[in-house]
Amino acid sequence: MYTEKVLDHFSNPRNMGEVEGANGVGMVGNAKCGDIMQMFIKVNDDEIIEEVGFKTFGCGAAIATSSMATELIKGKSIDEALTLTNAAVVEALEGLPPVKIHCSVLAEEAVKSAIDDYRKRKEENK
Amino acid sequence: MMKVYLDNAATTALSKEALESMMPYLTQVHGNPSSFHSFGRNARSAVEKAREQVANAIGALPEEIIFTGGGTESDNTVIMGTAQRLKDRGNHIITTAVEHHAVLHPCEELEKRGFEVTYLEVDEFGAVSPEQVEAAIKDNTILVTIMFANNEVGTIMPIAQIGEICRKHNVWFHTDAVQAVGHVPVNVKEMNIDMLSLSAHKFHGPKGIGALYVKKGIRLPSLIMGGAQEKNRRAGTENVAAIVGMGTAIELAVANMENSTQKMLTLRDRLMNGIESRISEVKLNGHRTNRLPNNVNYSIKYIEGEGILLHLDLNGVAASSGSACTSGSLDPSHVLLAMGLTHEVAHGSVRLTLSESNTEEEIDYALNVLEKAVTTLRAMSPLYNK
Repeated sequence: MYTEKVLDHFSNPRNMGEVEGANGVGMVGNAKCGDIMQMFIKVNDDEIIEEVGFKTFGCGAAIATSSMATELIKGKSIDEALTLTNAAVVEALEGLPPVKIHCSVLAEEAVKSAIDDYRKRKEENK
Repeated sequence: MMKVYLDNAATTALSKEALESMMPYLTQVHGNPSSFHSFGRNARSAVEKAREQVANAIGALPEEIIFTGGGTESDNTVIMGTAQRLKDRGNHIITTAVEHHAVLHPCEELEKRGFEVTYLEVDEFGAVSPEQVEAAIKDNTILVTIMFANNEVGTIMPIAQIGEICRKHNVWFHTDAVQAVGHVPVNVKEMNIDMLSLSAHKFHGPKGIGALYVKKGIRLPSLIMGGAQEKNRRAGTENVAAIVGMGTAIELAVANMENSTQKMLTLRDRLMNGIESRISEVKLNGHRTNRLPNNVNYSIKYIEGEGILLHLDLNGVAASSGSACTSGSLDPSHVLLAMGLTHEVAHGSVRLTLSESNTEEEIDYALNVLEKAVTTLRAMSPLYNK
């Protein structure tokens, strides 16, 4: 039911764990629905995402989409990262079963939520 | 890599004996049991022998056994058939919140057609009490349908007491005994059961074949129409080889029950002790002792069931889960929720169901894989902060 790519990201998740000194943290989803994604980003002065990490409570697809999303935004500017779509995550994973598409949406939302947090913190520190 | 099958509540492997008994009916005896000639008569006698085997296994008479396409068809036949047959007497059905969908969905369909269904709530272990059943019976109650043992958590219902109550109130009593037959003693007469569903592939028989016991004197309309087979109770040419395989399998299961139960209890305790001693913050789902000898079901906190299954599967261990992600819906198991588990805890459930052919070595291997999977997934979980 899952592609090799999904199983690879599930078994060997990239960028798993919290990021020390993260200046943007987002959390989306809820345990009731069975998926929670937490995204950590460390953005430098040039607004480039230097480091990224995730923690996820959820199914295989939730873990794989989180992992892939971190790969897709690592080293990107926050503006570029904001253009990340769930479809791009699905494509990079070479497909997801239809019932799991919502996991990719959650991954997109997790990225946006972390960037929102980063911007909010920056605003507050001005 | 070791391959360990711990999903015997989903289905079991066909036994060698069942297969061997089926072979002549796949290769030599091809007659239609309804045919007049010798070819037909040979097939007919095999079907009738199997009917006796099934009847003997549950304490019924052979003429009270109807062969069906499986447990789901048996359940559907009872519920839709009783509604049709007794609609002039009443329109109230009593069942439980933890039934299999083969019972729940026809009940929901009947609600749309104006019937009233009471879904009895269960206790923390997944059981209903006989008193609850008695309190729910009304003048217009036509059927009580309560599973013998739960397919997810293995809890065994007080069937004999419920049967007694239904008899006292003169209400038809059906039990979906798909998980129980061949695993725990079942006797329809002693337990006052009027109708019972069973399925061959749950006790090492073939898939796609089951039976429905209907007590003498009760006449249900056939769900499948188009022939006089099974004395007009189920149309369609009999699946002779599968019926023969079911007969062999049920006879063996009952004959070996004591032995296989002991074996499975030893393995079950090894598995349960292993999980409880090696993994922190787990919750046993279902009753500790009043459960099927082959069923183990735990909620493992802070992680989600499908992730556990995937890790197990990647390491050769087959299990199942009540997580939403394995059901295709957003809600976890209706059984676990009915038992009062929160969504979070229900999502993290894993069911491991044994057969007598599992070994201690397999259990130890599965425990190692499970422990590793839990450690990996917890390290990843934002809910786990240890």
